[in-house]
Amino acid sequence: MSDTPPQTETVTFTLNGKAVEAEKGELVIKAAERAGVYIPHFCYHPRMKPVGMCRMCIVDIDSGRGPALQPSCMIEVAPDMVVNTESEGTKKAQDGVLEFLLLNHPLDCPVCDKGGECPLQDQTIAYGPGESRFVEEKRHHAKPIAISQNVYLDRERCILCDRCTRFAKEVAGDPLIHFTERGSSTEIATFPDDPFSSYFSGNTVQICPVGALTARPYRFKARPWDLVENESTCTSCSVGCRVSVQTSRDRVLRYQGVDVDPVNWSWLCDKGRFDFEAVHGDERLGAPLLRRDGALADASWNEALGAAAGHLRTALETGGRGSIAVIGGARLTNESAYAWAKLAKGVLGTDHVDAQLGDGLPAAAVLGLPRATVDDVCAPGGTVLLVAPDLKEELPVLYLRLRHAVVSDGARVVELSPTATGITPHAAVSLRHRPGETAAVVRALLAGGEAPAGVDPDAVAAARDLLAGDDLTVVLGRSSLAESAAGPVAAAAAVLEARPGARFLSALRRANVHGALDLGLAPGVLPGRVALDDGRDWFTSHWGSVPAAAGLDTAGILAAAADGRIETLVLLGADPLADFPDADLARRGLEGARSVISVDLYRNASNEHADVVLAAAGYAEVDGTTTNLEGRVSRVSQRVNPPGTARADWIIAAELAFRLGEDLGVESVADLWAEIEQVAPAFAGLTADRLASAAATDGFVVPLPAEAAPEAEPDEAAEGDGDAGEPGVTQPTAEAVSEPADAPATEIVAGADEDAAADDVEDAAADEPGPDRPALLSFAAGAPGEAPAATDAYSLRLVVNRRLYDRGTLVAHSPSLADLAPPAVVHLTPKDHDRIGVGVAGVTEVRIRSARGDVIVPAVADKGLAPGTAALAFRQPGADAATLLDAAAPVTDVRIESVEGGGS
Amino acid sequence: MARLSRDNLALAQEILARYPRPKSALIPLLHLAQEQDGWLTEDAMEHLAELVGVTPAEVLGTASFYEMFKRRPVGTYVINVCTDIACSLVGGDELLEHAEETLGVRDGGTTADGMFTLQGVQCIAACTEAPCLQANYRYAHRVSHDEFDQLVDDLRAGRKDAEIPRHGVLARVRQTIPAERAAGAIVPEGQSEPAWLAAAESDAS
Amino acid sequence: MSDTPPVDDATPAPDATPRELPRVVTSRWGLDDSHTLERYEATGGYQALRSVLDKAPQAVVDEVKAASLLGRGGAGFPAGVKWGFCPPGVWPRYLVVNGDESEPGTYKDRILMERDPHQLIEGVLIACYAVGCAQAFLYVRGEMALAQERIAAALNEAYAAGYVGKNILGSDFSVDVVLHWGAGAYIVGEETALIESLEGNRGMPRLKPPYFPAAQGLYLKPTIVNNVETLSNLPWILTNGADAFSALGAESSRGTRLFAVSGHVAEPGVFEVEFGTTTYRDLIYEHAGGIRDGNELKCFIPGGASAPWFFEEHLDLPLETGAVGKAGSMMGSGAIVVMDHTTDAVKACWKVVKFFAHESCGKCTPCREGTDWLEKILERILHGHGRPEDLDLLLDVCDNISPGLAWPPRQTTICPLGPSAVSPVNSAIVRFRDEFEAYIARAEPPAVATVGGPVPVDIRVGASS
Ligand SMILES: Cc1cc2nc3c(=O)[nH]c(=O)nc-3n(C[C@H](O)[C@H](O)[C@H](O)COP(=O)(O)O)c2cc1C
Ligand code: SF4
Ligand code: FES
Repeated sequence: MSDTPPQTETVTFTLNGKAVEAEKGELVIKAAERAGVYIPHFCYHPRMKPVGMCRMCIVDIDSGRGPALQPSCMIEVAPDMVVNTESEGTKKAQDGVLEFLLLNHPLDCPVCDKGGECPLQDQTIAYGPGESRFVEEKRHHAKPIAISQNVYLDRERCILCDRCTRFAKEVAGDPLIHFTERGSSTEIATFPDDPFSSYFSGNTVQICPVGALTARPYRFKARPWDLVENESTCTSCSVGCRVSVQTSRDRVLRYQGVDVDPVNWSWLCDKGRFDFEAVHGDERLGAPLLRRDGALADASWNEALGAAAGHLRTALETGGRGSIAVIGGARLTNESAYAWAKLAKGVLGTDHVDAQLGDGLPAAAVLGLPRATVDDVCAPGGTVLLVAPDLKEELPVLYLRLRHAVVSDGARVVELSPTATGITPHAAVSLRHRPGETAAVVRALLAGGEAPAGVDPDAVAAARDLLAGDDLTVVLGRSSLAESAAGPVAAAAAVLEARPGARFLSALRRANVHGALDLGLAPGVLPGRVALDDGRDWFTSHWGSVPAAAGLDTAGILAAAADGRIETLVLLGADPLADFPDADLARRGLEGARSVISVDLYRNASNEHADVVLAAAGYAEVDGTTTNLEGRVSRVSQRVNPPGTARADWIIAAELAFRLGEDLGVESVADLWAEIEQVAPAFAGLTADRLASAAATDGFVVPLPAEAAPEAEPDEAAEGDGDAGEPGVTQPTAEAVSEPADAPATEIVAGADEDAAADDVEDAAADEPGPDRPALLSFAAGAPGEAPAATDAYSLRLVVNRRLYDRGTLVAHSPSLADLAPPAVVHLTPKDHDRIGVGVAGVTEVRIRSARGDVIVPAVADKGLAPGTAALAFRQPGADAATLLDAAAPVTDVRIESVEGGGS
Repeated sequence: MARLSRDNLALAQEILARYPRPKSALIPLLHLAQEQDGWLTEDAMEHLAELVGVTPAEVLGTASFYEMFKRRPVGTYVINVCTDIACSLVGGDELLEHAEETLGVRDGGTTADGMFTLQGVQCIAACTEAPCLQANYRYAHRVSHDEFDQLVDDLRAGRKDAEIPRHGVLARVRQTIPAERAAGAIVPEGQSEPAWLAAAESDAS
Repeated sequence: MSDTPPVDDATPAPDATPRELPRVVTSRWGLDDSHTLERYEATGGYQALRSVLDKAPQAVVDEVKAASLLGRGGAGFPAGVKWGFCPPGVWPRYLVVNGDESEPGTYKDRILMERDPHQLIEGVLIACYAVGCAQAFLYVRGEMALAQERIAAALNEAYAAGYVGKNILGSDFSVDVVLHWGAGAYIVGEETALIESLEGNRGMPRLKPPYFPAAQGLYLKPTIVNNVETLSNLPWILTNGADAFSALGAESSRGTRLFAVSGHVAEPGVFEVEFGTTTYRDLIYEHAGGIRDGNELKCFIPGGASAPWFFEEHLDLPLETGAVGKAGSMMGSGAIVVMDHTTDAVKACWKVVKFFAHESCGKCTPCREGTDWLEKILERILHGHGRPEDLDLLLDVCDNISPGLAWPPRQTTICPLGPSAVSPVNSAIVRFRDEFEAYIARAEPPAVATVGGPVPVDIRVGASS
């Protein structure tokens, strides 16, 4: 966790006649801004190195040799420096620069996307000349040109501030756009036929100070003054970048990154930026569906909820509590996740609940390992061990932060991965190993054991040196879906054994998966990072009951379902047929469940099997909070209404409970938060007031530090924050979507006051003895698993990794991103590539055969692979790696042959 | 041909080895590519990008800054007539006009036979010998209009082949650092005080 | 001379009229084989290097400091002082030789490189030894093919002879001198742009501070950038001693200096003359034979195209940094362009502005847009579309590039290139406003426009006669 910021030295200088304090090394422009003096600028951007190009920020600076016009974006404050931003000379020079910039600028503001939020326009209005003295012809260029699929360049508008190009090189590390030509002919360009295909291209649109770069998905959609915006948190992955959600007339039109220090520094990846299109996807479910005569058809909420409750009741009656299972929940807000955890574990009494789809890490590890923040991982001069998937592909903005730490702040990365990744070029040491050997390599690095054969001994030695210190931060995740989670978990255990002080950042990618786990949507845990057994008394006192024993994870649930042991399977925003890394098991599981209830935004492969599909409200349609991979809780905001009658997941949970004759005891998001703060130990002290405070932009890492989360809890908190005291006041969304014939939402609400849950909260707080708040879960290493058997000489060990753009819901339903998903190809080491005979006699495709199945895909040679491995990305168009995988196997070995049949 | 040939690749490696950082060799390597093909092809730029470890866009960014790099085919001979201040005082502009007439192309144009590209250029550092020109960067000083026509004739007839190589060839003598004599490229990272300085200092103390 | 113009011919020997003035850098120019190692050694070459290796590096620095050798690249900064700016204890240090000579009117470094490459190489070695530079890069302007060939050949000879490379002359002094060449961009002559270019980038200057090359230069390591002529002085200084050197010239400018006198003079040439005791009149009327055809002097550029123009009344100024600076211009790169009374001042001004507009790197808004605008306005005036308000506009645009139009120039830009374009505009409008007004009034352009046709004089580069 980040400690108190280091003491900074201060420097006093004179600004417009007043003495002003600044940090040592601070740039004049920044120090002035903090002192309330705005210096106009175009090229300066606080998150990039200054270049002093535009010359707009020149002011009179006297460093002892008399005042001189100097760019305030390049000069650091110094003691006794005298800065004058208001001198005649300064004004004249700045006016001159502005005039120069406008000479060739087209002044097409009325049709420019930037019009209304354009620094050039603003500064012209503020300081600029009334009319142009330029009577010559302006520069002309063909306009606009696409420099990538989603970014357009209008060169006439460009003022050559070097922001986009600097971003591309310095921040993204994708220098695919560059200044070309010289002098007044200078322009921005890509190499012919080599587009700016960066995962981060959209940031250039956001930082362009004029309308030279525009985003195709936003072009001509709105005028800035029509937009209404709210700060929120991106849920396209678990980094949790802060965004401003901008809407007009009930449509989300744009996301812009918000600059927060601990997380995204204003950047977003293109997936997060442009998948807003999926909010309004044409195929969004606007009403529930019910299976009638074998097919899913529109239904009323009353019918659908009735049917769903009916399935659950039947399951309880015929199969008992253990015959209901819930898969999914990572799409949900924390509040909805809590509501579902309470429904599943408290009301339905099942612990077969799992927000992860066999693609993550066990909840006990995620919740129990000592935690690191993003800032810890990216600490200047620090050393990080990556036992994780390709961050650039899965957690893109974490990649940006880590890249910055290495490139600019002297951090050193030791990477353990079967394949080269985006961070490999920046890693101090990058070790290649085969799936199944992760823990052994970690032991070799930290405890001096022998590294498995094939791992480069020099790299091992170098990594050992780097990792010799006591402090160690680890990014932990699944570098291959074809290696079971036991691999990285054993690796974590090995780290802790050798470095008890080590801390971990978990690299799970799915949206709010950390929030879902924190709030109990995993087997064996209860909300607030509590083990089921530890929290039994506490939660029984709040919920009335909790499951008797730890349940199954997704793999277990699907296996049980395949065996006919699951009566009702609830898919909570989950599509196991597409996402579970064992296609066969997923299929058997879905077919084996007696009934399937899906709560989702879209129809998908899995809910084609459903008996009831309940239309949920999605991102930007609900208020609440999410939790990122650090455990940072931050708010998400509702800006638009859900389509049709789709409703928030927590309302669906509450209504189902009601139809089962129970009451979740919550009638608003505020209620839910109040209850979470009270009953879920990790969230203690994070009151609604705190969440609404000015500090909330950064979010709050839970559990709060001791002084912020007093053990003695204020017992009014629960009541005070919600509007629970006023029966009949309903949460607006609930009311809006209630159909007249439904059991009205208000009734649930009305019942709440008298009923158990809310009272429990108060009881727990006020009554003397009651059970103690349980301790937070901590990670206990199990016995190290068996090392997988050696592959035979003809097999390759399969690595299944992921790409940023795949066939996932968000990408598939965002037209601007959908065709960026690259087709599946298998990567082979150059040696295997040649051995198998790819490229010879027209062979381009290979057949990959595992114990489970086979796929045919094109093959490419890849120097970055560990010897003896082959890598195929998950869920890409063209072939599905999931058909090759067996969820029960620790690793997957495959045979690969050229399709002509000649291979090994 | 567009990527570097095998021989040129070997030369490129030799040049690269002289520099502390590979990108520093970029301009010399761009010249090498231009020497090979007479102009800079996209394929060559892509090849150089691989060699120095940058993106093709970065190679283009550098190449397009410098006037000598031609990104379209040019004539076998590029004739640069200086029209800068010192030359224009004594007939540089008129020489360029005359050259346009003789060659039948405008400033910047290439003759139909692909022999000549004509350019009016900035100062070429022969100001006391004005008006002057360069043919493939070989000087002609105090050029009269007749002398210009004669030069064109001679070039067409191959009478100047010994002195003026085709476009792209700059220095015909290359630096070669014999391996046993090389002090080696000095990388910026982690160096200490040079031996002779350190020795002198310890002598002094 | 054949009937075609000489090509690739290093300019022939100057007049050999003897005079007491020592030839510090031009002593071998008259010799046909001046560029060979054999000739160089036969005329005392590499003796300075040998003697230097017996001295402590600091002693060499002190000697150069005592000689008060001013940089010859334009800025005129004392070389020994610059060397002392390398932060102690920061290694490695690099030496970069600025052989990018491109300032209009400037023509001296090219001859030094073509005619006496070993003298330059010896100077480079002396500097490296003194400063502790572990590698040197000799950056030659791209268009100078012959200079590149001569230096390459000279380096090859010098390596083979043990003067360059590992353990030079058996000592523990080791340094590679790498010949590097540019590709056509004037701005690369600016030292920080030179460094960018040497890093393989676009030649765009860096902002000083913080990027003073001596502190943060090539690869952000301490780097000495010196001009070809500056370094070519070193063998003589180390051979003859600082006292002998500083006995030449004037208080604020020691030694001799190469001046190229071009334009409307009878005998244009490059001359090595003594600072201080020589005047512009001496150079133009004595060495360069006076104004051609008995014409009258109109004005002259005293130190490269960036320098404000001088006139008749400045002819008797001594060639001395302080005096020239006080008079409102500079000796800069040692380039004197003489214009006689037939010159069209508007056109001459446009030519110079056009150069800077063409050569702006494009980094700073005032330079990129301002020089382009100046050029367009001047072109419009020349083409008969001037407006009365254009003269004030020109001056105001100049003022926005170089506030106050003062000397030395203040600048709104990173480097002085932008302000360089201001000098001719300001000079021309102040002195020859009537010519601009005549154009604007659509009157006939002044009496005679630029004279056409080559001047039939022999090619001649004169060292001081
Ligand atoms: C626009 C501009 C162009 C320059 N061109 C050259 C040049 O062509 N050659 C040169 O030696 N110095 C040139 N200089 C000066 C260099 O920046 C630098 O001061 C010089 O190379 C230092 O060497 P010296 O101290 O030995 O003179 C130029 C400076 C500016 C601002
Ligand atoms: S003043 Fe002109 S040449 Fe100099 S850095 Fe700025 S734009 Fe480039
Ligand atoms: S903001 Fe300082 S020069 Fe552009």
